[in-house]
Amino acid sequence: MSVAAPIAAPSSTHAADLERRRRLLSASAPLLAVALALGAGAIFIAAIGQDPLAIYAEMFRECFGTGYGIGQTLFKATPLLFTGLAVAIGFRTGLFNIGVEGQMYLGGFAAAMAGLLPLPGPLRLAVALLAAAAAGGAWGALPGYLKSRFGAHEVINTIMLNFIAFALVAWIGHSVFEPATVRTAELPSGWLPRLSLWIPALSGSPANASLLLALLCAWAVGTLLFRTRLGYELRAVGFNPAAAEYAGIPVGRTQALAMALSGAVAGLAGVNFVLGYKHWFELGFSAGAGFLGIAVALLGRNQPWGVLIAALFFGALSYGGLVVNQRVPKELVEALQGLVILFAICAQQAFERLAARMR
Amino acid sequence: MPAPELALRHITRRFGPVLANDDVSLTLEPGEIHAIVGENGAGKTTLMRVLCGLLPPDSGSIEVDGRATRFHGPADALRCGLGMVHQHFLLVDRMTAAENVVLGREPGGAIGIFRHSAANRAVRELAERVRLPVRADAPVRSLSVGEQQRVEILKALYHGARVLVLDEPTAVLTPQEVDELFAVLRRLKADGATIVLITHKLAEVKALAERVTVMRSGRVVGSGAAAEFSIEALAELMVGRPVPPLRARAAREPGPPQLQVRDLVVLEDRGLEAVRSVNFEVRAGEIVGVAGVEGNGQQELVEALAGLRGVARGQIVAGGAPLRGAVREHAAAGIAHIPGDRLRRGLVAEMTLAENLALGRQNESPPARGPWLTPSALERAAAPLLEQFDVRPPLAHLLARQLSGGNQQKLVVARELTRGAAVLLAAHPTRGVDLGAVAAIHDKLLAQRDSGRAILLVSSELTEILALSDRILVMHAGRIVHETRPAETDERALGLYMAGKRDGAAA
Repeated sequence: MSVAAPIAAPSSTHAADLERRRRLLSASAPLLAVALALGAGAIFIAAIGQDPLAIYAEMFRECFGTGYGIGQTLFKATPLLFTGLAVAIGFRTGLFNIGVEGQMYLGGFAAAMAGLLPLPGPLRLAVALLAAAAAGGAWGALPGYLKSRFGAHEVINTIMLNFIAFALVAWIGHSVFEPATVRTAELPSGWLPRLSLWIPALSGSPANASLLLALLCAWAVGTLLFRTRLGYELRAVGFNPAAAEYAGIPVGRTQALAMALSGAVAGLAGVNFVLGYKHWFELGFSAGAGFLGIAVALLGRNQPWGVLIAALFFGALSYGGLVVNQRVPKELVEALQGLVILFAICAQQAFERLAARMR
Repeated sequence: MPAPELALRHITRRFGPVLANDDVSLTLEPGEIHAIVGENGAGKTTLMRVLCGLLPPDSGSIEVDGRATRFHGPADALRCGLGMVHQHFLLVDRMTAAENVVLGREPGGAIGIFRHSAANRAVRELAERVRLPVRADAPVRSLSVGEQQRVEILKALYHGARVLVLDEPTAVLTPQEVDELFAVLRRLKADGATIVLITHKLAEVKALAERVTVMRSGRVVGSGAAAEFSIEALAELMVGRPVPPLRARAAREPGPPQLQVRDLVVLEDRGLEAVRSVNFEVRAGEIVGVAGVEGNGQQELVEALAGLRGVARGQIVAGGAPLRGAVREHAAAGIAHIPGDRLRRGLVAEMTLAENLALGRQNESPPARGPWLTPSALERAAAPLLEQFDVRPPLAHLLARQLSGGNQQKLVVARELTRGAAVLLAAHPTRGVDLGAVAAIHDKLLAQRDSGRAILLVSSELTEILALSDRILVMHAGRIVHETRPAETDERALGLYMAGKRDGAAA
């Protein structure tokens, strides 16, 4: 019979310290993903006979070097901030909202239609904003309801509802578009002002007050999810519906509400173009910003401030791609976006594993 | 074929931050029954998975008959005669017992045609030889748990196992089935097989094993002939400190009934009756234990009482009024609930300890204030609970999944015991919890009883039922088949009722 010496237990300050280091490590995963993607992109650029460093330097200079460039970057980032937040709300509540594109599209259309109502300017703006959120929210609530009522998977339904949204708008559009165009009439008033009104350095760029609205949304989403009862319930349902049910939370209703909220934020993404830039709705205006929102949310780790940084990054990538379009095909930028997503997912997994191994 | 001599030398295996095995060495003599004991998470199962080729060790080696060997999978280990019977059976439940036994080494014809008759015959012959009766041609899902376990053992033997590793084999068995299993294991040993028994039940070690190895925190902390260790000594080695005896229970007359169940019928998921016309009541200041083999309606009963499952017929009365089956309503009527499956129901693994301590109370103030429920308010409410229930580490912002199983359970217990409810449903409150925490949880439950709470305790551990209950109900096939008191019964008597072998006048 043999008996070994006792073992000391780790202290709780050590545990707290360890936890801090783990969080730091896993928070740095997106940076690594971006670095890897840029590295891989550099190989592409070199392969077509260009100097990658020079291209990246030019992109950076054009995006952040001038007031106009910054304004363009902000303009591109604005809808991505909305759509990234919309996707993040879904992820935080256990739902994968792939319907952001369609919700944004409908939101933009509804804003344009409501903006044509005969109302005084400020009221016109308010009604148009509400219409955007309501249309997107309703388009999100529909798959949310189908999921809670029939268990129909939201991924399938949101994808399908994207197509329906495009078709619906094209169909209604026939009767409301300006003759021989694919756009609605210009809003007489109720525009979101350009930021250059307050910051002259941005003049010439279409960056507008939608950005402020988006920032407000980011703050509101963060507050709602992490500081309110409703947010608590939304997250509990998202992570573990069985435990949420155990806690007396109505799971189905909460899921539907989460989708409606996500859709409403997605719907607001449309106002950047419709109320802040062209002041009309145009077929195809969303241009994939809804789908890119998935990448933004992933890279931003579904944290509001992370989503903000990721939206700025993708906005810069998208404007920077335009700038170097002469020398590098725009497909490169699309490939870069794809690579960032790919690496973001892989780096996340790898870093989580690494963090788990720390002791 | 004799069993090989086996040695594990300096095995180390890490899972993330957890050192599951830390320089573990162990020898298994041919033809011995060797018990490996330790609390949950002590590294027993990891060690055996390394031994059986299911996990590669980070370092260290395995020697078979003195030769260092490297297993690249369970098939390699099986070639050396090592077979494992898992705690959760790995059977294809739509296939017959015989098909399961031969799976992977099917008797086949020339062109790969599976011959059912040959499989059935081979399995019957084997079963007869080792005296392990099974219905070879019955689908596994129609077999009882005990029979399924015999199929697992036959499977290992059919594939040539001479060293049989059984992981917590008695967890799902009635006392009578445990006796049968032990008889089988002794016969196999007499035939020259080596038996390794992983367990945390110390009485089993004394009953069956010749040698014992005690593990704690991934290390071997004691080993030797089983006869040299008393149960108390084993317990202390496992826990690392003396285990305090259960508090003396205050003698008290139970108060008025707090929970009444009348002619209750509850359906399971497929729409069949899981609880069939059950009647009982739980009074203030008493613990009513529900004993039974798992799957006899206990889970459905508890879910119905908690408002998680609809009532098909009958009535549940608490807080002075019949309840209609909604969680909030049941909670408001004063029913707290420690769910049997904490990871599925009781916790949100991806939320913090503070958030988990508020689960089900997210609308109470504090921690809520109007529509607000802030991290700081949650952490303020959590701090005293983490302290009082000794959750380790007591860091409110950690995620629940970062805690050990025992500490997760303490978290759930802390939340439910501090709810101020008149009735507590405690389903398997100490499952998967280490001995030290078991003692703490038992102590808290008794203290709650003494302070006048009505507690319904559901457990498949008869020692727990007998130690804590004032009254005991035995459930079998959805009915309460027996009611008794701890002083008037014992594990064997309860086991007969649990197995449905004796049909007492239903209470």
